[in-house]
Formats: sequence, structure tokens, C-alpha cells
Amino acid sequence: MIVARTGNEAMAEAMRQINPDVVAAYPITPATEIVQLFAKFVNDGLVDTEFVPVESEHSACSACCGASASGARVMTSTASQGLALMHEILFIAAGLRLPITICLVNRSLSSPINIHCDHSDTMASRDAGWLQIYTENAQEAYDTTIQLVKMAEQALLPGIVSTDAFIISHGMERVELIDDKEVPKFLGERKVNYSLLDVDNPITLGPLDLQDYFFEHKRSEIDAMDNVLPIIEKVQKEFGDKFGRYYPIVDEYKLDDAEVAILVMGSTGGTAKVAVERMREKGKKVGLIRARVYRPFPKDAMTKALSKVKVIGVMDRSDTMSTLGGHLYNDARSILYKSDNQPLMKNYIYGLGGRDISIEEIEAIYEQLFDIQKSGEVDKDVVYFGVRGE
Amino acid sequence: MQTPKTNQQKKIQVDSSSMDRIHPMENVLRMDRIPHIWCPGCGIGLAVTAFAAALEKAEIDLSKIVIVSGIGCTGRVAGYVKLDSFHTTHGRAIAFATGIKVANPDMKVVVFSGDGDLIAIGGNHFIHAARRNIDMLVVCVNNFIYAMTGGQVAPTTPLTAYATTCPFGCVEPPFNIPYLADSSGAVYVARWTTLHVRRLTNAFVEALNKKGFSVVEAISPCAQYYSRINRLGDGLDMMRYYHDNAEIRNGEDTKNLDIDFQGKIIVGKFIDRERPSYTDRYNEWLSKVKGGENEPG
Repeated sequence: MIVARTGNEAMAEAMRQINPDVVAAYPITPATEIVQLFAKFVNDGLVDTEFVPVESEHSACSACCGASASGARVMTSTASQGLALMHEILFIAAGLRLPITICLVNRSLSSPINIHCDHSDTMASRDAGWLQIYTENAQEAYDTTIQLVKMAEQALLPGIVSTDAFIISHGMERVELIDDKEVPKFLGERKVNYSLLDVDNPITLGPLDLQDYFFEHKRSEIDAMDNVLPIIEKVQKEFGDKFGRYYPIVDEYKLDDAEVAILVMGSTGGTAKVAVERMREKGKKVGLIRARVYRPFPKDAMTKALSKVKVIGVMDRSDTMSTLGGHLYNDARSILYKSDNQPLMKNYIYGLGGRDISIEEIEAIYEQLFDIQKSGEVDKDVVYFGVRGE
Repeated sequence: MQTPKTNQQKKIQVDSSSMDRIHPMENVLRMDRIPHIWCPGCGIGLAVTAFAAALEKAEIDLSKIVIVSGIGCTGRVAGYVKLDSFHTTHGRAIAFATGIKVANPDMKVVVFSGDGDLIAIGGNHFIHAARRNIDMLVVCVNNFIYAMTGGQVAPTTPLTAYATTCPFGCVEPPFNIPYLADSSGAVYVARWTTLHVRRLTNAFVEALNKKGFSVVEAISPCAQYYSRINRLGDGLDMMRYYHDNAEIRNGEDTKNLDIDFQGKIIVGKFIDRERPSYTDRYNEWLSKVKGGENEPG
């Protein structure tokens, strides 16, 4: 069925079709709508979910952990400060291997306070042990929400699927919905080996774990991250085979014959694809790499993609505040350390606090990348693009 | 510890020639930020106006007052006052304000925030600041809902009332804010609606002059969300509801102040008692253990 939906509506529709056992959430702009629409589905009897409107995001994530540990399929939604308040519990969920799914809307972290898009919120949580998938539009957000539930449950890792605040969350687009009956069939029942509320086999979760076994438990969590990419690929393929929409781990666009390329994530991927078209009309060989799966970082696929071109402009919508530039840039540089084919690389930090990025500006970045190709050197590794006084 | 020098704010003259001002409150409002974001029919502006009037009436030195807000519609107050102000994170206004007070015991600290911010996500700080009796005034504008995000159910939403996240009607009993404040140790507790502008102003004056943790609950219409989803009309209809259903009972036992959906609202001053404030108790105790060497502050 083809419908017009905003990113938030599309994610809410996905949640309705997933029909999770428990949703616990707290309002926060611009993600509130997802759960608000979901509450209406609960009211209208369209889902069987226990819906808990808790008193903070810290409680929301905690309630999700409790429910997930009891064997339930659990989802929530948040943004920015909400994710920051969940931070403590994010590690609990990952450490206890509870496959919770968060429908997240990327919004700047305070301070100063701002409600618009950048990726500082999820980037600040990138080391929490959650899968992270950044989407380009409402369709991808909808599809990935469904996929992520399955990926998370198979890997026993929690996951975040995100959209860009307002750009995707509140922008209405054409979305193809899957038939209601097909989604539960695709997902199946959650299989649980150990859970609370199994009265014959009582278990204890979260007990003290000191020098004796803590390290082994953490190592097994890292192991799960190491082994999750094949699961992600398998679920994406299964989804594609069934519903016709295939998603890659790393999205490559007109890259094979490109001389220079931009590496980007989120909605800017869509804007940049238009810029690529325009540049190509002018006969300029440019390409695009979009990081869809960001945690775990897809080392092999990304190295392969980056190695195809001579110059890469990495566009980060967040800064590490380490003087080393953006998050994506640091990861991309790091994986090329041992590569025989090292493209020149420049980092463009852009769009913080929702500052708009236009097609023309991305074209200008491509032109700069050609200049770098010509001169053979990067004058300044990290630049702040579109900020006053730069 | 020294109070940091603030911008050159003068003490308000009670009978200053208000004719010269564009707005009667322009000496305490950031006129460059007006018009404000509050919706037609909202009561937060009334609460702010009452508060501004109280500052004049109580003859508060404006260079020694700081307004702290959290997040939400009422959380925007900190951005509209031409006073030292701090717009903090969701739920933490009282925690930030505690820091301000203990570092600057001479400052008059006022937390101006909403029910969702103070009683839900920030409920923990509310009860502990009351327990410690931190010398601050907490103004809680209660509109029964999370209004900034579009009308979600809050821990103040009356039973059976509708909200966007409880389209089936609220099933959770709400907090009785004066009772919570009283039982946690507040020294001054009052509740008025934004219809009772004169009494609300007087409550602010009393609370500003009171030493210790003071709470003034200002019940306010949310015409866009709470009223609309519950089909209660507009802001004026809510004012009529307050007019017909508010009952003044000064000194009423705070146990009896629950608010039922569209039921009676008991208003008045309920608590006005003395307890040593946190900083007084702290300084007194330190003087004792350190043999009088401790400097106050």
C-alpha cells in the first residue's frame, strides 16, 4: 500500500505492525509523535501492547529492560536529551543482552538548547553496545524499524534506528507499507532462552561481577558485536527477497567510476544524491558513500568503498570535541591506516543544531574535493562548513 | 562567598512612572523576546505577570534574584525575564537552583517551571529540596499535562481525563502537589488558579519573603491541548470553571486537596511554618564542630 507519511508516522506504523508486547516512553520533541500515535493504536485496539507512559526517559529505558528481561518484545522512542538521560541504562540493556529497539529522532544535545537535527545524541551513545542504523528517508526508517527488531533479537543486542529531526521526522513522503499480516510473519515470535518469570527456572539478572568474570562477560558482548554484521546482512536480504526493497550495509551511489566522493549519513545522503546527479550532468565524476549501519562499524565494506576514489570529503553532523574532527571521519581514517590505497581525506563538520545544508553547498564541497585532487594535498584536515566566522 | 556582580539592575520604584514604559512590566521582561510563544488562552503569562507584580510589591532587589526554569512551556519563563536566569535541563531546575543557593546564600532563588518538569521527571529533586528546606521559591504552573510536546499524560492529569498518550483516559492517580510539598517539609505552601491574580500575587509576595522551601502552585489553563482534547472549551471557559469550582479554604489539611476531573479545586494558603533552612542549619552546625571558626556562607 502506498501512502503519504512523515518519518514519525512511518515509524509508528512500523511499531503498529510489529505489535510489541511492551512500549514504555516519555515525551520529547521531535520524537513524541511516534509514541503518541502508538498510544492511539493501543486505544483503538489495533495492537496488544502494554503501553506505559512513565515519568522520565531513565524510567522508560529501565522499564524496557525489565520487560525485555521477562521475555517480551520491547520498543521505545526518544531523542536528544531523552537518549542522554537513558545513557546509564543503555549499557545495562547491552550488557544484559536485551534486544530492545529504539525509534530515535536525531536532535542536538544541550547546551545551548536546540530541538533541530544533528547527530550528537546518538554519537554520544555510540560506545554503549547498541546497534545503530541511520536512515535517509521515511521509507528507509519504516523498513529498518521492522528489520532492526529481527536483527536485535537474533544478535541479542539492543538497537537504535534513527531519522533526522524534522527533516525526516516531520517531512511527509511517499511510503510503501507492507501488508499488516506480513510483518509478524517476517519477525516471528521472539525466542528466549533465559528469562524472568520462568517460575521453574529462576534466574538472577545483573548481579555483582568483579575481577573473576566481568571481563569474560564484556568480551562476549564484544564478540556479539563482532559477529552481528552477517546477521544484519541476512535480515536485510530476507527483507528484500520478501518485500522487494534491498538495503546495503554501506550505501554506495555512483561510486565505481568516481574520482572524488562524499561520505555522509542520514537525510543529507538524499540531498547529496541530487548533488551527485547535477555534478554528473556537468560531466564531473563524483560519487557518494552513505554510512547506513554505523555500529558496528562495517570495516570491510567501508574500506572497500573508500578505496574506490582518490579524494573523500567526510561530512559529519557532530563533533567529537577532541580537536580531531567528527565521529565518522575518525572511524573512516582509522580503518584506512593499514590500507594500501589511502585516499586524501577532508572532514566537513556541518549542520549542527539543524543548520540547513543545500544541494549547492554540497556541490561546492565536491568542487573543493576536485581542487584537493588537483593539488594532491589537504590544506586543512577539519573544517566547519556553514558556520559564521570560518 | 561573594555574590557575583550582575547587570546594572536597579531596585524597582513602587510608584515609578509606568506611563514611560511600553509595557508595565518591561523593567523585568526581555521585551526583545516578546511576543512570547505561549498560546492564546494559556495562563502562564498571567502567572508571570502576577510574579512580576509581586517583585515590585515585595520590593525585591533585582540584582539579587535569579530565576531558574526547566523544560516545557513554563520552562520558557527563564528566557523572558530581564533578570539573572538559567534555563536548565528537563526536571533539574531545583537541582541547579540548589547549587546557586548554596554558592550564593544571599541570592533570592526562584524556580519557575511546570508540573511535568517539577513533579514527574524532576520529582526526586522536589522532595529532597523540600526535605533539606533549601531556601527557594518554587512556582509550579500546573496545567495538568505536558503541553510543550503536545498534550501527553502527566502525573498531574486528573483520573479519567484524556491526553494524547492516554486516549483511553488517565488511569493513574495524580499527585496532590501541596500535600507532596507539605509532607516533604516545605515551609510555605499555597495553591491558586490564574483566575485569582490578586491572591496569587500576594502568595508570591509572602513566599518571596519567607525563608525556606516555599511552593506556590498556580493552576493554569492549557487551552490548546488539555481543554481541547477534553472538550472543555477555550481559556475563558477554563477560567469560568475555576470561577465556579474554586473554593478558598486557607489552612485546609493538604490531604484534602486532590483534584478530580472538572471537580472542585480547593485553593488557599495551606502551610506557613518555620523550620531552619539548609544553609542556616549547615552554617550553625559547622560553627559548632569547627568551634566558631566557620565563616557563614
